[in-house]
Order: sequence, then C-alpha cells, then structure tokens
Amino acid sequence: MKHKLSRKWWKNTLTGYAFIGLFCVGFICFTIIPILSSLYYSFCDYDVLSPAKFKGLKNYIALFGDEQFWVSLKATMMYVVFSVPLKLIFSLMIAMLLYQTNRMTSFYRAAYYLPSIVGGSVAIAIVWRQMFSGDGLLNSIINAVFGTHLDKSWIGSTDTAIWTLIILSVWQFGSSMLNFLSGLKQIPVSLYESASIDGATAVHRFFRITLPMLTPTIFFNLIMQTIMGLTCFTQSLLITRGEPMNTTLFSAVYIYRTSFKFYKMGYGCAQAWVLLLIIVVFTALLFKSQDKWVFYETDTRKGG
Amino acid sequence: MNLGMAKQKRIGKIVYHIGCLILAVMMLYPLLWMIFSSFKETDTVLREASRLLPSKWTLENYVNGWKGFSKITFGTFFKNSFIVASLATFGAVFSSAVIAFGFARIRFPGSNFWFACMMITLMLPFQVVMVPQFLLYTRLGWVGTFLPLIVPYFCGQAFFIFLDMQFIRGIPKDLDEAAEIDGCSAFGVFGRIILPLIVPALVTSTIFSFIWRWEDFMAAFLFLNKPENYTISLALKLFSDPSASSDYGAMFAMATLSILPACVLFIFFQKYLVEGIATTGLKG
Repeated sequence: MKHKLSRKWWKNTLTGYAFIGLFCVGFICFTIIPILSSLYYSFCDYDVLSPAKFKGLKNYIALFGDEQFWVSLKATMMYVVFSVPLKLIFSLMIAMLLYQTNRMTSFYRAAYYLPSIVGGSVAIAIVWRQMFSGDGLLNSIINAVFGTHLDKSWIGSTDTAIWTLIILSVWQFGSSMLNFLSGLKQIPVSLYESASIDGATAVHRFFRITLPMLTPTIFFNLIMQTIMGLTCFTQSLLITRGEPMNTTLFSAVYIYRTSFKFYKMGYGCAQAWVLLLIIVVFTALLFKSQDKWVFYETDTRKGG
Repeated sequence: MNLGMAKQKRIGKIVYHIGCLILAVMMLYPLLWMIFSSFKETDTVLREASRLLPSKWTLENYVNGWKGFSKITFGTFFKNSFIVASLATFGAVFSSAVIAFGFARIRFPGSNFWFACMMITLMLPFQVVMVPQFLLYTRLGWVGTFLPLIVPYFCGQAFFIFLDMQFIRGIPKDLDEAAEIDGCSAFGVFGRIILPLIVPALVTSTIFSFIWRWEDFMAAFLFLNKPENYTISLALKLFSDPSASSDYGAMFAMATLSILPACVLFIFFQKYLVEGIATTGLKG
C-alpha cells in the first residue's frame, strides 16, 4: 500500500513538473537569476566594458545626493497620485452609466474601451505630441472656438507637460471600466430591492451597497494601476522625453538613461531596486489596509 | 401626471444618450484625427488641425511614408512585427495553457510555491530585470535578433495562465476521471478533453497577446539594433523623431497603418477581449 502511494506521489510530481516545467525554467532564467544579479550589481560599479567592481553601499549613498533621482521620483509620484484615482473614479462613473443595457450599450462600451487597446502604442504617442504641441490640435480647436491666438506648447511648459501624460492615462480608462462593470453585475439585485423598500435614496444605495460591494475590484485595480503608473516608461520617453526641466522624467526613464545612455549599470540597478522597494512597500500597505475597507462577501469564491 | 412622468423619462433618456455620444466622440477623436490627418496634404496637417476632414484628400502620405528610412521600407518593419508577434503569441498561448493545466488539475509538491512565483511576475517591474536580461542576451548573442522578443514568451505569461485556469476550473473533474479510467494519461486528458473545452480562453489569449506584442515598444527598443530588424513600433519612433522627419502627413499615415491590425482584431473579437477582462479581473 505504502509502495503504491509513493509511486502515485512520484507520478504526480513528475506529471506536475512536466506541465509547469516551462514556467519554472522561464522563471529561473528570465526572472530569478536577473533579479539576483541586479541586486548584486546594485552594490557594484559596472560599465559593461570592465568587470563589475564591488563597492558596497556606494550606489545607494550616491542616490541620496542625486538631485535628478529625487526629481524623477517626485514626477513619478505626481503622475501616480493624479492619474490612478482620476482613472478609477472616471471608470466607475462610466461603468454605472453603462450598467443598464440598451441598444446602444455595446457601441458605447466599444468606443470607451478602444483607447485602452491602442493607448500604449507608439502611434498614439505621436498623436499625443501633435495634439498638445504649440500648433497642435488642442490649440487650434481653442483658437477656432474662442478666436484666440494661443500657441503655448502644452508639452513644452513645466506646469502642463505632466498633465498631458495624466490625460493619456485617464483616456485609457476602458479596461478598469470593464472590471467595474463585471463587478457591478455580480451585486445581487435583491440587495437594491430591499434597500428601496426601506426607502433608501440613490445616494444611500451607492454608498451603502454599490461602493462596499465593489471594494474588492477597487482594491485590485488600485494595486495594478499604481504599479503600472510607477513603472510608466514609453509615454514619458516618447511624448515629453522627460522634458521640460525634468518635470516628466519618470523613474523608469531615468533608470533607462543611467543604465543604457551613461552605462552606469550598477547605479541603474540600485535605482531599480529603490523603485521595487517603493512598489513592495506600497502593495504591502494596501494589503494591510484591506480589512479596514475592503469588503469580501464570505460566500463568493472570487474576490476581485 | 402619468403623462408628465413618461415625458420626463423620455427626456432623461435623450440626455443620457447625448451625454454618452459626446463622450464617445471625445474618446475616439484623437484616433479619428490621426486617421483623417493621414489623408490631408502634408503641409496642411497642422495648419488645418482644427478641421477633422481633409479639404483635399490625398494618398501621397502613404506612398511617401511607406518608403521608410535607410532604404528600408515599412514593408520590412511590418513583416518583422508580424513574425515577432505571431511567434511570441503562439508560444505564450500554448505554453500558458499547458502550465495552467498543471496548476489547476495536478496536485504535486511545490505547486503553491510556483504559483506564488507566477503572481510575482505580475507585479515585478521590468526595470529591475532589465539590465541583467540585457547582459544575458548579449552573452547568448541574442541582442540584435528577434530571440529576446520571442523566447521568453514560450515560458508562459501570468495573465493567460490565470485566464486558462479560470476556464479549466469550470470544467467538471468527472470528465478527467472518466478519461483516466479509460486509460488516458494526464497528457491525453489535457490534449483531448481540456484543450478543446478552453478554446474561448485560447482565442482571448491569442488576441490579447498579438495586440500587446504588436504594440510592444520597450523590448524592441532595448534589444534590437539593426534597422532591417526593427519592428513597426521602433521604426515608427525613429521615423517620427523631429531630427529625422517633419513630414507630418507621412508620420500620421504610418501611425495609422501601425495600429490597423490591433483595431481590426478589436472590432472582430471585441466579445472575447471584454470577457477576458471580466473573467480574470486582471489588466486593470
């Protein structure tokens, strides 16, 4: 009997690894080994040409005095702090508008979702540059409507450049909207019915039923959107190029420049690790705060 | 009284649709502006930016843009993108299905550990592994080839593994067991029973993967270095650099062509994409 059991155990183990083996290999080669080497390089001077030289905490200490690093962190934070909540609020509002289906719903849904599909592409980056440039779409529309002669470049001025990127992020609210829509559909109608009988107003129903029931979706979106925001690269690189005055120099772009433009690979790795640390701390805080505000229905299997 | 309420309801409905339509136009306007600008005469693109439709339609931008740069036409860039996106997609979809079956149906030591590892890959910023990956590919002689853009995807992608697992869990286990009693191995169960039943998930994965790989810029930017190997994203970036070109018409024309495949897939397979996001809750 025991012999048979252990044979079955071996068989399951081998079959299991036969199926997930590819993942294990990929994880080791493209994730774990790179993570560990990146950690090691972050303690080194490394310019690719000569071998890495271990320098202890030198890179991390240098970060404290690196003004550009702080500027890039500030820009990244500003981007996240504005784009993530705006996007979530907006996508929740639109999801509620589309909750009641009618003949037009699928058209609206498609129109609002399409930007999420193409928003990360280089093509849209090019369009965005032309939309917000001095002689671009926005100014010519304003001038045509109000008869003004505006030629301010929204991308070129320090107070507006980052907002063009925030707008681009909010423009891609479509996939969060779909998340919220499927969350809304899972709320039992009976809850609303009994609330109406008790005479609850629409505002009450929203804050007492809809919002609490959606907190798992909000929680999940908050985490994913924040990580995506903190690591935003392409848009900043292509649309504003980190300019003007480094107001849109996001951490990801700065890390890229340090590593591949100035070939300070070790220093770049140290910056990347600080970014990772920020993400870990933020995610841990969110998970910790979960039981304060995230409402999980005990009998549903799928949380968010 | 009743009549008044019915009227109010109808007005409410009209307001609702007008609001939704205005928002739809605003959402689509940047795309429409790009498409129509590509048919304007190139020197009027910015001068006539405020009007959507061209005053004079022309295809010249497409002819000029297609010529590309460094004697390489956009035909090459499209071909490169197509090769990369197809192979990476095939790898990601197939391997993710295999891996998902392992996680969802087989109990073996370490499966929870590896599942946790998979969740890590969802959250890990690429910047952390960027430098070591570059060094690895350099050592392997992969830099400048399509391999870094394709091979990693043959090891599964968390989003698709997750999606497939949701589908597999919806399939009754009795089916597997019946097949096993009939002498089917785990591989037989996967190939003959599970795979045909998760086709919708595979279609969703294929569409998402192709669109993402088609639009991917960062990997191409880091790992490709010869113009004849550039994918469409990278080529478009260089084509639109202010130092390289001020031909706005051609720029818009090639930008339009570059997102055409994604838009076509979106229009025909919208249902699958929407369902994919709804089932996994991922890709927020």
